[in-house]
Amino acid sequence: MTGGGSTRDPAATMAGVAGSDPQLSLAAGTDASTGNQSLNTATSNDQGALSPWGKFVRKSPLAALILQRLALSVGLLFAVSIMIFGGVEALPGDFATTYLGQSATPQAVANIRKDLGLDQPATTRYFQWLGGALQGDFGNSWASRNSVGEQIGRRLGNSLFLAFFAAIISIPLAIGLGMLAVQFRDRMVDKVINVISLAAISLPEFFVGYLLILFFAVQMGVATFPATVYDSMGLTERLSAIALPTATLVLVVLAHMMRMTRAAILNVMSSAYVETAELKGLSGLRIIARHAAPNAVAPVINVVALNLAYLVVGVVVVEVVFVYPGMGQYMVDAVTVRDMPVVQACGLIFAAFYIFLNMVADILAIVANPRLRHPR
Amino acid sequence: MTDFTNYLARQVMLGKMNRREFMGRAAAFGVTLAAAGTMFDTAAKAQEPKRGGHLKLGLEGAAATDSKDPAKSLSQFTFVMGRNWGDMLVESEPLTGQPVPALAESWEPSADAATWTFKIRQGVKFHDGKELTVDDVVKTLQRHTDEKSESGALGVMKSIKEIKADGGNLVLVLTEGNADLPLLLTDYHLVIQPNGGLDDPNAMIGTGPYKVTSFEPGVRATFEKNADDWRTDRGYVDTIEMIAMNDATARIAALSSGQVHYINRVDPKTVDLLKRAPTVEILNTSGRGHYVFIMHCDTAPFDNNDLRMALKYSMDRETMVQKILGGYGKVGNDFPINETYALFPEGIEQRAYDPDKAAFHYKKSGHSGPVLLRTSDVAFPGAVDAAVLYQESAKKAGIEIEVKREPGDGYWSNVWNVQPFSTSYWGGRPTQDQMYSTAYLSTADWNDTRFKREDFDKILLEARSELDEAKRKDMYRTMAMMVRDEGGVILPMFNDFVNASTKQVKGYVHDIGNDMSNGYVATRVWLEG
Repeated sequence: MTGGGSTRDPAATMAGVAGSDPQLSLAAGTDASTGNQSLNTATSNDQGALSPWGKFVRKSPLAALILQRLALSVGLLFAVSIMIFGGVEALPGDFATTYLGQSATPQAVANIRKDLGLDQPATTRYFQWLGGALQGDFGNSWASRNSVGEQIGRRLGNSLFLAFFAAIISIPLAIGLGMLAVQFRDRMVDKVINVISLAAISLPEFFVGYLLILFFAVQMGVATFPATVYDSMGLTERLSAIALPTATLVLVVLAHMMRMTRAAILNVMSSAYVETAELKGLSGLRIIARHAAPNAVAPVINVVALNLAYLVVGVVVVEVVFVYPGMGQYMVDAVTVRDMPVVQACGLIFAAFYIFLNMVADILAIVANPRLRHPR
Repeated sequence: MTDFTNYLARQVMLGKMNRREFMGRAAAFGVTLAAAGTMFDTAAKAQEPKRGGHLKLGLEGAAATDSKDPAKSLSQFTFVMGRNWGDMLVESEPLTGQPVPALAESWEPSADAATWTFKIRQGVKFHDGKELTVDDVVKTLQRHTDEKSESGALGVMKSIKEIKADGGNLVLVLTEGNADLPLLLTDYHLVIQPNGGLDDPNAMIGTGPYKVTSFEPGVRATFEKNADDWRTDRGYVDTIEMIAMNDATARIAALSSGQVHYINRVDPKTVDLLKRAPTVEILNTSGRGHYVFIMHCDTAPFDNNDLRMALKYSMDRETMVQKILGGYGKVGNDFPINETYALFPEGIEQRAYDPDKAAFHYKKSGHSGPVLLRTSDVAFPGAVDAAVLYQESAKKAGIEIEVKREPGDGYWSNVWNVQPFSTSYWGGRPTQDQMYSTAYLSTADWNDTRFKREDFDKILLEARSELDEAKRKDMYRTMAMMVRDEGGVILPMFNDFVNASTKQVKGYVHDIGNDMSNGYVATRVWLEG
């Protein structure tokens, strides 16, 4: 239990919390800094002779940033598509052999290869795919021969549906609990919140899922399981189906955001102006919500954005445990048989989500910070 | 004795005993076979099927990549789906494995078993209302044998030279005689489709007891009763819902909470826990699938038969069945056939774990140093554990085995049938001939032990067209002995199919043909209460 130490050195807790997932913390760090950096370069450029772009940057730095980011994301997506293609190519076996598995006969393999054009060189195949993709045609799944767009639409809808409900519950809850923990720091409430959220984040998500299934579905019989959703399902049925997976996801992402909120606000709480507010006689919660929180919002936004991205792209284990037909399982199935068009489309959608959410996080961080909003 | 047979009869009524078990136990009490058969039938009839209800299955093995085309059916999920909506020409009898009529009413071979005439059933309707014709059958078989075919039945069908209609009959001309042809046509890919599926292979329209109402690959499939079904002894429930559940724990949770009626692939490690649930019944059926350790007979050091024998004697089969299959299986005898096959050669001595004999052969082989065994859990469930157990039992014979764990991804293309010593799995085949032709014939693509013996090939081909069953059985015994004593396969166990249902499910048929009552589970069971 780290409750005592964390108040004395909030920065350490921040590092500690983020450190629990190196990938996340790394991404958070770089994104925040690139956001500021690109802004800085933009401002330093317009010191000299003003080009039209320079003027535009000076006039509306935010719009310039968004444009820059959009251009960058197109390049990034392009790079991602090459990496996915190269990655799948590098995997042992091609679609024909892995799809047929142990029951592959040379003739059936040759027939499938010829049918799909797998006998052509990799570069030719990549550019063929790219040509289609640029025109909005992601092709057909090699395995089921159905349009990738149509299938992904449904799976993506399911993933977003689950992520949406997990997010609207977990984000307010995390921030609220974070503020509460600051208000009662080092007291019982703070410690209880800390212990419970740490326990939730420490358990593997499939285990949290199994526990919920065991208690609510098997023993008490109050929850719906499996969480399979399908087209002809009504909204209430759907909501009851996703109750358990949503609860699992909330428990998994809650602690990360809650602890970041707590640490960031505590950091601000040691400022002189908070002391002034206290001396003026304002109530504790009012100081936290009205004065401290706005200045602590930047790191919180970054953590929230990363958790949102996780809710969409990283929940394959939860999907499998609850038998939920989301994007994650779809992509895993496709990778298993090297179904390139599906892997590409899923990969690009996931990458686009990450880029988009990071961009939104940076923009919000700038909007929330007057010094970045009005650069001199 | 009467009490005992009554007890047996009651077991049958409760669905706890199948024909084979009943006959065996009744015979042990001196009841004649004919009498026992009649008793079984009476007892089984007392259990009158109930119609109606909504059956839910939670099945492992579905993927988003599953195809609607039966020719490309590869997963457990589409296997069961095909049985629900379609029919083959021939079915196999669940308890004996003999061919029985389906869409083909009867059949007749020529004297050399190379030309077969099948009488096609009249008055059968497809789900779209069209009547089944010989032409549909011809087109279906042609689609699966076509040069460009991607069908999973291509290997089975390649011995068919000509497919033609002759009045209301189907005539198949083979490249060579094959006494087992009817059984080959039970292959689950060979669903008869309107116009052979040439118009739309993915339409999922057939003559089966259920019509497909929805299918989302890797997620769910639903069916409704086909009111025009040509058979009345199947299709008892009104509607079927199949849900893809690839997580073993999810399947167990769904079954024990009563959300589904039936699940497949119960993990032997957890089956004892599941057994404790009061509402659940474990359904295990002996099968033809077997777990194997394969050595390439033409690659050093495995080209030495003494080393192969040493490795065969180092295998502790009983322990394997207990530890890896949780007791749900039978020991193997180093040839790929067990008593579930027709014409099984009985009386071959069971090979046992014998470190002394192993050490003797090992010394004679002159080999020294570790033997490298490649494995992965995709080879069969528990393959890595099995390899480590094997390593231990071989150590007692002074043989050092080095276990190398390979990535599961790509195992079938990079390790199996490529590396000289690895673990693998074989599903059963409908006939002994098929099993040997697929994996032990010199020229077979899947001869994964590189067992190349001209004398073996010759007997195999002779047996294929031999219509005298006693002679054939003798030939199969010779072949079994050759594989057992000189082949490259170490076959420690045949696995049972372990499934489970709630106690509401009645009439489950333990079909030796394949897993899940040979895929017919949904069409054969009914719901009580």
